[in-house]
Formats: sequence, structure tokens, C-alpha cells
Amino acid sequence: MSDLKKIKDEFLSKLENKLNLSEINQIKSDLFGKNGLVSSQFKKIGTIAESERKQFASDLNIIKDELQDLINLKINEIENAEINEKLEKEKIDVTLPERPFVKGKIHPVSQTIDEISSIFSEIGFSVEEGPDVENEYNNFTALNTPDNHPARDMHDTFYLDEKKEKLLRTHTSPVQIRTMLKDKPPFKIIAPGRTYRSDSDQTHSPMFHQVEGLHIDKNINMSHLKGCLNYFIKEFFEVDKIKMRFRPSHFPFTEPSAEVDIGYKIKDGKIIIGEGDLWLEILGCGMVHPNVLKNVKIDPSKFQGYAFGIGIDRLAMLKYGINDLRSFFDCDYRWLNHFGFDPLDVPTNYRGLSR
Amino acid sequence: MKITFDWLQDHLKTNLKEKDLLEQLTNIGLEVESVENLSAENQLFKIAKIIKTEKHPNADRLKVCDVNIGDKDIKKVVCGAANAREGLITIYAPPGAIIPKTKTKLVVAKIRGITSHGMLCSESELNLSDESDGITELSKSKYEKNIGKNYFPKSKSNVIDLSITPNRPDCLGVRGIARDLVASGFGKLKDLKEKKIKSKIKHSLSVKIYKEKGQGCSSFGSCLITNLRNAESPQWLKDKLISVGQKPISAIVDITNYVMLDINRPLHAYDADKIDKGIIVRNSKSGEEFTALDNRNYKLENGMCVISDNKGVLGLGGIIGGTRSGTELTTKNILLESAYFDPRSIRKTAKKLNIDTDAKFRFERGIDPLSIEEGLNKAASLIKEICGGEVSKINIQKNDNFKTKIIKFDPQLFEKVSGFKISSKEMFKILQDLGFKSKKEKKYFKLTVPSWRPDISQEVDIVEELVRISGYDKIKTIDPIKERTKSTLTQSQKLFHFLQRSIASKGYLEAITWSFTDSNYNDHFKDKNKEIKIVNPISSELGVLRNSIYSNLIMFMSKNLDRGFKDLSIFEIGPVFTGSNPGEQNTIVCGLSVGKKSRLSWVEKERNVDVFDVKRDVVQTLVEAGYNSDKFFVDTETPNYYHPGKSGRLFLNKEKDNVAAYFGEIHPNILKKIDIKTESLMGFEIFLDNLKLPKKTLNDQKTNFVISDFQKSERDFAFVVNKEVKAQDLVKAVSSVDQKLISNIKVFDVYEGNNIPKNQKSIALSVTIQSLEKTLNDSDLEKIHKLIVETVENKTGAKIRS
Repeated sequence: MSDLKKIKDEFLSKLENKLNLSEINQIKSDLFGKNGLVSSQFKKIGTIAESERKQFASDLNIIKDELQDLINLKINEIENAEINEKLEKEKIDVTLPERPFVKGKIHPVSQTIDEISSIFSEIGFSVEEGPDVENEYNNFTALNTPDNHPARDMHDTFYLDEKKEKLLRTHTSPVQIRTMLKDKPPFKIIAPGRTYRSDSDQTHSPMFHQVEGLHIDKNINMSHLKGCLNYFIKEFFEVDKIKMRFRPSHFPFTEPSAEVDIGYKIKDGKIIIGEGDLWLEILGCGMVHPNVLKNVKIDPSKFQGYAFGIGIDRLAMLKYGINDLRSFFDCDYRWLNHFGFDPLDVPTNYRGLSR
Repeated sequence: MKITFDWLQDHLKTNLKEKDLLEQLTNIGLEVESVENLSAENQLFKIAKIIKTEKHPNADRLKVCDVNIGDKDIKKVVCGAANAREGLITIYAPPGAIIPKTKTKLVVAKIRGITSHGMLCSESELNLSDESDGITELSKSKYEKNIGKNYFPKSKSNVIDLSITPNRPDCLGVRGIARDLVASGFGKLKDLKEKKIKSKIKHSLSVKIYKEKGQGCSSFGSCLITNLRNAESPQWLKDKLISVGQKPISAIVDITNYVMLDINRPLHAYDADKIDKGIIVRNSKSGEEFTALDNRNYKLENGMCVISDNKGVLGLGGIIGGTRSGTELTTKNILLESAYFDPRSIRKTAKKLNIDTDAKFRFERGIDPLSIEEGLNKAASLIKEICGGEVSKINIQKNDNFKTKIIKFDPQLFEKVSGFKISSKEMFKILQDLGFKSKKEKKYFKLTVPSWRPDISQEVDIVEELVRISGYDKIKTIDPIKERTKSTLTQSQKLFHFLQRSIASKGYLEAITWSFTDSNYNDHFKDKNKEIKIVNPISSELGVLRNSIYSNLIMFMSKNLDRGFKDLSIFEIGPVFTGSNPGEQNTIVCGLSVGKKSRLSWVEKERNVDVFDVKRDVVQTLVEAGYNSDKFFVDTETPNYYHPGKSGRLFLNKEKDNVAAYFGEIHPNILKKIDIKTESLMGFEIFLDNLKLPKKTLNDQKTNFVISDFQKSERDFAFVVNKEVKAQDLVKAVSSVDQKLISNIKVFDVYEGNNIPKNQKSIALSVTIQSLEKTLNDSDLEKIHKLIVETVENKTGAKIRS
């Protein structure tokens, strides 16, 4: 029996015993350490006769691999056993609550403004703003609503001085005036913002939100107005079809003027937009009055276009099934949490306006 | 404006039905607000007589009335009206009736222990007038014989309530509405058989219009009718008025009302015997007084248009008459007025005196100046027919002649504005039906505007008429082009939206509150700003524009705490006002956080919300928005509504250009004053308008990506400094040593107490040192370490702790 076989048999039998990690490591070093039994045999290779050398080396390698594999296996077994033992002790109750988190929300009016901006952005409108406090000229006179005009009765106005020169804007239309005075046509803007009327009951709030639209260019006519609003309403309510009705009306700053109704029905207590025989007034619009254009130094024989004004709160109520306008501004935690939107839900056209 | 299909048919010949009418009215811009059948509901209201009243045993102001509702049927009714008395003839509503004004259905009810079977109605409850003081009083002579009968006549017509826009005074008369319908193809307009007064009797009362500045009356037509007998109106006239919700009074009053409703020609009848000498139309003088037909006494200012006589003011022209010259059933001689008053003058006067009447409503919108004679003819013939008497010649005093408007209209403008085509022939027909006289002149129409259309003054108004009558459904739909030539939002608008969502993502609920607030709350937060009062607020609690968002936010926070919520964060982004001129406003993001973090948590220890929570929200938000926090600079100068020792003012850089934000604890005194109960109340304000937009976009900043793979080393320092020295001073001192090598500085401990001298504290910093060029060796590191210690000691008076 060769030395090699002796080593092999001796250690195979040793490794069959139940060993702990340090005992195995001892065996490992007995065999493969600097002066280990197997290591010593490798050192001998050079001294062996050439005719036997090849066979010896081959046998030695086989024994080395066999013993090494067995040792690694044993080490693995022990380590696994140790981990399993540890895992057994480390069980926790994962049904306990997670660490506390808070979630914030975006107000439905803000969300609706973002939705509106996203829709109009697609068709080339940009967003303009104006101050909440306006002068009488921008809010009324420049908009072809002179002093002592009965149309002013439709706007119950908050004033900031006895002379009634400074006021809280009653609509977003003064932004039209500011925009047109500031730049040169063409104009294609929307202007969302806060508006104020001294009116307060179940369906009126002294502050509410409007979005103004204005498109002035060389050949813009009522068909463009109809097309624009038709597109907007369809996109906003995220429906394929919309029933829309233009009705003649009167606003001093547009001529001709129209009010727009959309068709709806009530099914199981919910409003369904786009079907049914009932009509709901949602906005006012018209072709910008030549007097308004003249007031902002635009030649009405060269430029014309349309304007519209939409109640934002009203749109939000319709789309999100909110019944009470006053609740928008009551700041009730439960309401904000219920009707609010996750800040990550930014309305975009590729992801859709709403989930 | 209330009309019935019946009345319309006085002017309109049509085969179409009421259903078609309703749709057509809305289509041509005369919006149908409601359609009501008064008669079905109203058949329950009976003429009744109070035969006995007793004081209610359990209520001082109530009476228990025995009411005869016909055929000796006596009902017990509890009534609170002061004028309920024995013998009064009034209107009774039985249980089951629906009160027109409130739309509530009556039931048999116990009122303070006494059962009331029905109700006695005021005029206002029946929508007959605005009179709500007491129950309706019907005249004994007229109604005694009708007790038990229906008060309202049977009518087959529905009442159609139209919302007439302020530009269409002509449609405040039934004839005007008929004319519009005819133009739209809804039948034919009937000819009015105008009965002219062919009188030889002299008009014996002098009428003068003073020529003075601001004279509100340009013409005053009148005739005298003598020896008449004012009486109850004939049934057809009463029915007509009642059918549109008007209350018949006497023939003379009813006839003037009828003419007004029929052709929108307001008239006024004076008792001629009560006029002293003659009529003078003039400006009022300050201090003049008169009692009007609404029984109110009015004190006039200078320059209001009054109708007066030798004794003084008789009435306000075109607004309201006075009691002194009012007609009564006994009136024998009347002066019938038909005048033109300037809309602006009417509006100004009515506004100042706060009067709203039917006449005022019409005159301020513009009455047909050429209808003076027509109105007198129509009314005088009816009066003569019903009340007898002799009618004098018509006298018309004029200050000004009406100028007919002529418009040169280019028919091509129609398509240019409307986007669709109609033929010249069609245009011609529509305009003619609307009362325009048109003549073709080359390619233009020369149009004479009818005198009843004050709203039409230029070409585009003609376009409007043509589109309206042709039908808005003819307007085509051109889909918008999806093309963008300009970015939708500006940089600062993008920042607005970013901050809004960034704050919300940190657990704050967005609120929107009104831009005005209670001055009591505003006072706490206005700091150095001046209060901006609203002249006509909704209520005193909403009397000022907010100088800070805190006022509203704290008030609502307090309400939410009262609802039982303890740990809340809310914010608002919106305007605050610094002055009452346009543009004197700033956009602020204001947040509030109350209560505790991790309240009742099994896993974390709970603690109060503190300054460093809100500071984190502010700093993190600004960092997310693209600002470099290494450059931020904080000091302690904050407005007086913050806790002076626990609040900070943050700048984007050391130069302190503009305040970027305040953060901190709200002053405990304010909490006490507004009685808000919470463990902790922290807030912040970010000043959006003060945030300088970075010159480089975030995109541009990204092109420069520099990192170091050389070994970094972290060194800890503990300095002992005077208590007043700020941690920020130490950090800034360290970073000033070598900005290239010092890549991060962290404050990891602040300690006062044992082993530290009194009035001093220890601040421990961990400094990361890393070079972009090489691995630093021991001597490099030693050098920089020494430099850090020296610099900090020099700049802050600190001593390194050994």
C-alpha cells in the first residue's frame, strides 16, 4: 500500500466522525498546511523516478481533490447548521405595524389647475398670471364694461377704497388686458387663478377659481373656439364623446358671446358627463370685442380671436363628485385627505390626467 | 322676465307649440330659466275672511284666528302677522298647498300647542310682491262676495321665466320677445293696431324740463285724462297680470303695468289734482326729501333727476313715484307720463339711494326713446275704455332729439367672425325681421338700427345678431392643432408647482383658504405690514386682506385640533398682501406642523414636533428645487410671531440678498391668545418671489460631473466654544480652509454640562477630506488637520478639546 493510499484512507475515516469547525480546520492544516501530509507529498514529486512520476502526480492530485472537496462539504454543512440555528432564534412578528409614515396631499383645485394646464399645453397655450388686487380699469372699463353699466351688477365686487378704484378681481379676464398690453399678438394663453365676488351662500363662495383663455391671431373665428372647447372638455372629463351646446348670451367683453352647456345624466346618484338629456352650464365665451382690442392697442381689423372663462372649482366638483363648494375652503383634515391627490400624481398627457 | 305663451300670441301668429317655443327661446339667447304651471298649484289658495282673533295662550306675538274659507267652513289658523284682525279679507293656504316663494308644502301642525290648519299668506310668500310685512289685505268691496273662491284664476298657460341679458332691454317687453322669435322663423309678427288719441282737448298742465348740467331726462311726454272713474280692472286684464305673477291693484295702475310688460314702455300716472301748478323736471338739491310709493322716505343729494311741482319733489324720474301724487281708487283726474331717462343717471341715483324697481331696471338698460307716444296712446285708450273720462292732446317736451344710428356693414365680416356662410338674402331677411332698415350700397349694407336696440352700435353687433338668429349650432368645429411654440410655464411658475408638490410629499396636506381673513387673527401675524381693509366685506370676520397665510392656517388648524386630530401638517401656497395696489402681493408657501412624531408607536420613541423638523422640510424642499444647501446661511432675526429663541431666517447665500424662508416655533403668546391646544406648533414660510432662479438650468449643471476615486479620510474634531457661537460659524470656518479638499462637514454632537466650563459648549464635527488629484499621505492630512484647528480657533474663539 502506497503512502498516498494510507493518507487517504486514514483521513477519510477521520472525516466520517462528527467534527466541529476547529477540528475540521485542524485536519485541513494537517493535510494542506505548509508541512501537511499532502503538501509534503507534492514536494516529493521531483525526487521520484521519471517513469513513475507521472502516475504519482496524477494519483496525488486525485487524492488532494477528493479530500479537499470532502473538507469543504463538511465546513459548509457546519456553517449551514449554525445559520439555521441562528435563524431559528431570530423570528420576529412581522404583523407588527411598520414605522410611522405621513402622507401629504395636493388640493383638488390645484390638481385640476394642473390638469387644465396640461390639456391646453398640448394645443399650444402658455400660462399667464395677474394680481389678485386689480384696478377698476383692468377689471371693468378696459373690458368694455364702463362705469354705470348694468353688467357690473352681475359682479358683486369687493372694493379696497372708497373711490372704488381698487378691487379684488371679479374674474380672470383682466389678465387678458395685462397680457395684451405687455406683448404683441398673436396671443395664446390661459390664466388660472383666484377670483372674488361678495356673494356667499351654499353654492357661492366669496373666493373661487377661474381659468381664462385667450387666443388672438389673424384668422381665428368661432369654429376655432368651438373646436378648442370641445377638445378641452373631452380631454378634461376623459371621455370619448361629449355633448356640447353653444347658447347665445351676453358678456360686455365678447361679441358674439356664448354660454356652453354640456349634456349629462344622473345614474345611481352620480353625474355621467357626455350622455343624457340634461344640460349643465359650465362656461362663458365669445369672440373678443373689438372695443377690448382697441383698448389694448390692437387693430381689430387685423387681429381677432376668442376668449373664455371657466369655473375651476365647478369643474373639479363635477369630475371628482364633490357636492359642496364651501368645503373646498374649509380646510377640514378629513376632506383634504379624502379628496386630495398624491403629490406624485402629476397630471401629464402620457400617463393620463388621473388614475 | 316672466311671460306666457298666451300673451306672446297677442303679438305672434304661429302654428308651433309651447315645447318648440321653449327650445327656440334658449337657442336665440333668451334663456329659459324655469317653466312653472302656477294654476295647478295655485288652485288651492282661497279668498278667506278672518272672523275672530284671539291671543295665542303660549306666545305673545301669535294669534289664533277663526277663518271663514267659504260656505261657513271655519278653520283655526295660527298667525304671527301684526295686521291679522277681525274682518280682514286675505288669502288662505290649506294644508297640502305649496307656498310659491319657499316651495314648502304645508301640513297640519301644532304651533306652541295649538293646532293650525293651514296658513294666511303675505304677498311675498305668494310671489305677488316683495311685501312681507303682514298678511295680504284684500279690499272688502271687491272680495267680500268672493270668499271661498280661488284667488288665482285658472290659466292654461305656463309661466315661462326668461333670463334676459342686460344688453336686451327690448326683450323686457313681450313684443320684443315675439320679434326675436319671428326673426328666427317662429311665426309672423302681428300688426299692432295702434289707437291714436285724436283729441281736441287742450293739455292744460304746464310741463317743463330744466336745461341744466347732468339733466337725466331728455324728453317728457304726457296727457291729461279727466273725469275718469278709477275702478277694479276687468277680468281679462287681471288674469293677464296674475298669469305672470303680478298683483292687480286698480285699473289705472294695472294698465300702466300692462303696457310696460307688453311693449317695455314704463309709464307713470299722477293724480293731477295733487300737482301744484305744473310739472318741472329738474336736478334735485341736496337735502330735498320725499316719501316714495314704497313708503320709504328718501333724502336726496344734488343732481338726481326729479319730477317736481311747485311744492317740491313728486318722484324720482324713471325710478319711483311719490305718495303725495299717487293715484287712488277715488282719483278723478290723472296726468299720464311717458318719458325718456338717461340710463347712467338712473343707475347712479338708484345705486346711491339703494332702490330697485321695475321701472329703474328697464330705464337703466335703455328704453326705446321713440315709444313715448305709442305708450301714451296705448295706455290712454285703455283707460278711456275702462275708466271713461276725456283724454287731452299729447304734450311732448324735449331737450334732445333722438339720433338714429346708421351702421355700414360689410357682409363678409360675418363669415370672418362666425366661420360659416349665409346668403346676403338671408342676412337681409333676418335684419329686416329684427326691425333694421337696410339698403344695399355696393358691397355694404347701410343699416338703420331700430330705436329699441341701444346695444347695437357697430358692425360686430350685427354679426352677433346674424349668428344668434341663424343658430349657434351652425358654427363648425375646427379641431385645435397640437403644436407648441412657447413653453407652457415660465421658470417661476415651474418653481411654484415644484415647491407645492415637494412640500406635499413631506406629509403636508395642501389647503386653500380665502385671501381675506379676520383682522383679529391677522393682527398677530402682520408684523410690520399695514392692515388692508376691504371696504365692503362679507362679514367683519373677513374684513382684511391677509398679510400672512398663518392667520387662516392657524385658525383652521385649531378647528382640526378641536375635531380631535392631534398630529397634523398642513400648508398653503398662495398670495399674501403688502399693500392695496395691484402687484403689492407675494407668493408664499406656508406650512404648519403640530403635535408629536411617532405618537403611540411600538417601534419608536414619541417626541414633539420641533424646529429641526420644519427646518428639514424647508431645506430639503429648497435642495430638491435645485439650491445648494452648502451655501445656505441662517440667522435668528425673525418676525415677532415666532418664538424669538427658536426660529430662524434662511438665506440662499451668505450675502443675505433676500429672505428665502422663516422657520420655527410660533410665539407662545399667540397660542395663548387664540387658545389653540397642542403639544407643539411649528411653522415655516418660504418666499417664492425671493428665490432667485438659478442662471444655469439643472440640465446645464448636470454636464459637469466630477468625482474622486482617491481615498478619503474622516477626521473628528471637538471644539469648546462660547455658548453664543453658532454651529454654522464653525462649519463655515472649516469649509473656508480648503473647499477643494474638504468634501463634507457633519455636526455630530453638541454638549453642555460636566467637564465643560460654564457658558461654553462643545461641538463635535466630522470632516471628510478627499483630494481630486491624489491619495493624501499622513503628512498632507496632518497639515490640513492643523489648519482646520487653527482656522476655527481664530475665527470663532473656539478651543480644540484635547
